[in-house]
Formats: sequence, C-alpha cells, structure tokens
Amino acid sequence: MKRVLFTLLLSLFAAQGLAASDKVALDHVDVDIYDKASLQSGAALFTNYCMGCHSMKYARYERVADDIGIPHELYVDNLIFGDAKIGELMDIPMQSKMAAGWFGAPPPDLSLVARLRGPEWLYTYLRTFYKDESRPWGVNNAVFKDVGMPHVLIDLQGLCAEKPHTGGKPGIDPMSGQEIGVSGCQSYAVEGSMTPSEYNDAMRDLVNFLVYVGEPSKLQANYIAPFVLMFLFVLFVFAYLLNREYWKDVH
Amino acid sequence: MQKLVQWIDERLPVVEAFEKHMSKYYAPKNFNFWYYFGVLSMVVLVNQLLTGIWLTMSYNPSAEGAFASIEYIMRDVEYGWLLRYLHSTGASAFFVVVYLHMFRGLMYGSYQKPRELIWIFGMAIYLVLMAEAFMGYLLPWGQMSYWGAQVIVSLFGAIPVVGEDLAQWIRGDYLISGITLNRFFALHVVALPIVLLGLVVLHVLALHEVGSNNPDGVDIKKNKDENGIPRDGIPFHPYYTVHDIAAVVVFLFVFCTVVFYFPEMNGYFLEKPNFEPANPLKTPEHIAPVWYFTPFYAMLRAVTIPFLGLDAKFWGVVVMGGAIAILFVLPWLDKSPVRSMRYKGWFSRIWLLIFAVCFVILGICGALPPNDQPYWLAPVCTTLYFAYFILMPFYTRMEKTKPVPERVTH
Repeated sequence: MKRVLFTLLLSLFAAQGLAASDKVALDHVDVDIYDKASLQSGAALFTNYCMGCHSMKYARYERVADDIGIPHELYVDNLIFGDAKIGELMDIPMQSKMAAGWFGAPPPDLSLVARLRGPEWLYTYLRTFYKDESRPWGVNNAVFKDVGMPHVLIDLQGLCAEKPHTGGKPGIDPMSGQEIGVSGCQSYAVEGSMTPSEYNDAMRDLVNFLVYVGEPSKLQANYIAPFVLMFLFVLFVFAYLLNREYWKDVH
Repeated sequence: MQKLVQWIDERLPVVEAFEKHMSKYYAPKNFNFWYYFGVLSMVVLVNQLLTGIWLTMSYNPSAEGAFASIEYIMRDVEYGWLLRYLHSTGASAFFVVVYLHMFRGLMYGSYQKPRELIWIFGMAIYLVLMAEAFMGYLLPWGQMSYWGAQVIVSLFGAIPVVGEDLAQWIRGDYLISGITLNRFFALHVVALPIVLLGLVVLHVLALHEVGSNNPDGVDIKKNKDENGIPRDGIPFHPYYTVHDIAAVVVFLFVFCTVVFYFPEMNGYFLEKPNFEPANPLKTPEHIAPVWYFTPFYAMLRAVTIPFLGLDAKFWGVVVMGGAIAILFVLPWLDKSPVRSMRYKGWFSRIWLLIFAVCFVILGICGALPPNDQPYWLAPVCTTLYFAYFILMPFYTRMEKTKPVPERVTH
C-alpha cells in the first residue's frame, strides 16, 4: 500500500512537469516580496508608466503604502494622481469601452496579473517588445504575439530592432570564446535611457511589485504560519503522549 | 453538573446516545493508518461548514460582484484570505481524505455484508460532495469557474431528445449567467450541505448498527466475553478518540502548511485562469476541471467513437456516469468468502492495484490537454477501471483465499 501512495505522489510531480511546458522559453526572475526598496521602485514604475491605462482596482493605496513602507504623505504627494483619497481602491478613470476602441481590447486590470501569468511571463514580456511596422503601434512582443499594447517603456529600454532572444542560458562559446545565449535585444532600433542591465533590474522591481499586489496576504500568511505550525507540533507531542498513556494497557 | 445531566437525561436520552455511539461502541482494536480518514473527513466537513458560513457573510452572489467580492475577502476582510484558503484547500483535502477512505473500504472489504448500506450511503455522500464541489467552483466567477461549468452542464445536452432542454433548465439561461450563479449559490450553501449532513448521519448510524470492519475482516461480534463485550473490541471513547486527536493534529499540520504556503498548489487547488474574471466571449486555451474530477473527465474524453447513431459525447457521458454508478453495486460484485486483502488471493490484489494505478493515470490524463498524452492511454485505463468491477464476480470466486484467523491480529 505504501507503493500505491508513492505512485500517487510521484504521478503528481510527473503531471506538474508535463503541465509546465510552455510555448515560449521564459527568463527566470527572482522575486522577493520582502525587498522593500524593490517594491517601492516597482510601485513608482507602475504608477508612472502603467496606471494611465491599467487599473489595480482590487488593491487600496493605503494598504500598498503600509505594506511596502512608504509614509502616507509621501505616497499621496507622489504616487496618487488626481484627487483620490488614500483609502480608495486603485482604480483609473479610463472607460474600458473607449479603451477597447483605442487598443482593440481594454487594458486588463493588473491586480491579479502576476497570479494569472506568473512572474517569469511578466518579466519576459516586459523586456521583449520589438520593432514591427506591420502592427498598429509599430511594435510586437516575443511572448504575447500581436499584443495590442504599445511599448510604453520605450524611453527606458529603447526598442529592439529584431525579435529578442528569450529563455537564454548565458555561457561562453568554446570555439569563439564569445558570450552566447544571453536573453534580450541583439540590436536597438531606438536607444533608451537605461542600460540593458539597469532595465532588467527595473523590470524585476516592477514584477516584484505585481507579485506582491497579486497576493498581499502572503506577508501575513508567512508571518502567522510558523506560530500555527509550532503550536500544532507542541499539541501533537501532548496528543501523542495522551494516546500512549491510554493504549499502554491494551493488548 | 451531575444533576443537570440527570435532568436532561430524563427528558432526552443523551447518556444512552453517548454510550451507544462513543463509550460503549466497541471498535476492533486493530485499526491501522487507513482508519484515520473517516474522522478526518469529518474534520474537513466541519472546516468547510464554518469557513463557508463566514465566507457567505462577505461574498456577493451576482455576476457583476462575485469576482470582486472574492478579492474583497482576500484583501479587505480581516483574515478573509485565511477563511478563503481554508475553504479552497479544504475542498481538495476533502477529496484526498475521501478517496483514501474509499480505498480503505476496497482494500479491507468494508462494503461486504452486512455493511452494504454503509457503502451506499458513503457513495451517496461522494456523489453529493461532487455536486457541492462543482457548484462551489462556479462561485468565484473566474474564467475556469465559468468555462468549467459551461463544459460540465453542456454534457447534459448530450442526452438524446431532452438533452438541450435539460441543460437549459439547469442553467436557467441559454448560457452560464448570473442566474446560474445565483442558483448554484443557493444549492451550494443551503440545499446540498443539508443533504450532506443528513447522509453523514445515516452513514454513521448504519455503521454503528453493524459495527466497524477491521484490517483482518474478522467479525469481532462472534467472540464475546461473559458481559457480551467483543474480546477484540475496545470502547471507541476514550481509546479511539485519543488516537484520532493525534491523527487530526498531524493532518492539520500538513493542511495548514498548504493553506499558508501553497494555497494554489501549483495551479491544482486554485487554477491560474481563475485569477481572471469570467468572460463569456473568451474561451480559455485549455479547460481542465479541478484535480479531483480529472479521472472522470479523462473517461469522458476517452470515448471518441459514435455508436448506434448516437455521437461519442453521449457515450462519453454514459461511461463517466457508469464509472460512478458501478461503485454503488460493488457490495454485490464481490463474491469472495473473505473480506480483507490480507486473506484474498492474488487476483484480487493485482486487480485492486491495477484499479488504483489506472485511477491515478486517468487523473493525470484528465488534467493534461488531449494532445499531450498517448491517445490509447485513457481508453485502456478506462477499460481496466471497468474490468476491475465487471470481472470481480469471477476472480473473487475463482481465486484461492487464505484462512481467516479467529481473532484479530494486533
């Protein structure tokens, strides 16, 4: 019977491995929802570059400010545009009906995008816009083919001239001695203000922020969990001893 | 205290009930690991009821507000995320413990005479549980909620003549809509829990009438001492209550680890497309039911050949329904003179193993897109699943069994 259980467990993992195969190779990103500097930088990027079109309507400014360590006053002055109060939901005035006319599809709400797509997908997506004159905005994306979104971060990244390489495993070619397999643009059609590595860091911050907003309760869950598990462990010791006491006379 | 109990007891037989079901209910003393899953399913049931009640306090059962209200629970309600994860993880945990509980029954012949009714009540619980889980899954109103419900309800449409009307009657609309959500909510939080509780009471009453089976399949009531107490029995309370407390704590440890650290279970407990609100105009690339339904979903898809002028979808529904229905008649398929796998022959053991392995493989097949698996795998496993039952009257009669001991081995 142990074998049956083992097979069951094994097959669970096997199913995971098979289900994980994706069409486009994605780049790895390290997220850390305790890296407050990264979250703050991500929040700033989100507010300045994304929030014109994308709402985050399930999150509240105040909760975000508290969780990522920005004083309310500073947050209100710099990261809330318009006259929204800090206790309000992070909604935007853009009407989705009009947006659908402008972009083909309304820009989705991003509160849960990290849970829907996963951090790797977002990190790769945000870094792989490239020049494609056949598209309405003149850009296409390596991960999300024919996406309706323009490359809003073009000031920072610039624009890749060709479809960038994704899911790369950097290494040195033993024959030529040159670096190969690096993800990202090979050449730029438009130059940006950031170097590729600065841009990667910025996107890591943005993704990190989206991961945090997707599940803010994670902070609380991680905090409580050890206490709960420790309590259960101690309770088990007593439950075990009680059981042993009762059963010692049973033959 | 004594007086109070006496006062109540003169008006309501509480002492008698406690004795009958707890302190003088003699359970075999050789219960093993597999006997924990009954009480664990009770624990999960209570968890589902309590967290469910609190979730309804903040949930909004309308197509416009359902998705947002779940996020409201996750973010704005104090400990709402904990209630919701306890409930969503509890749904999966329910099926884990119930499947293991049923497997125990298969292994030790707990469905055999005189326990046929216990098995049937148990199967009815399983059926209601599936309906409960299915309807509950629509409530978050995410993409997978919506399209999962769309696929499953449309199965009724495969029934000849009345099918389409029946599917429409269930939905209350031409497609899954807010009307469907409202009725599923009513059924999920009121109707089905009442049925479920009633069935659980019947399941336990029937069990306590005939007594528990045990890993040896020995009838402990055959061997009683001078006081009429089975020599191999032991009072359920306190012996098995203290036994179960330890098991419940271990279970809660594992359960809480999942709730706090892996509530999505890599997309198996909470599916990723469900983090996007339901959109009737956008079909997800790959619609898969939650893991506990995947074996039956695989059977549905395994049938690809039309027959007798009826299309394959209809026969798929028949096979899927049959896979559950055949479990109901199991007590009459097993013709073995012994109950437990310990004393049954090799045929029974090998068939049970084949059955278990096939069920797991079907579960994996059902979770994967049809093109990511060998085309013959699900049909072969479906055939073997049915063969386990259909051939049972023959192999249980043919095989050579071992002699069952007089007393339990402890």
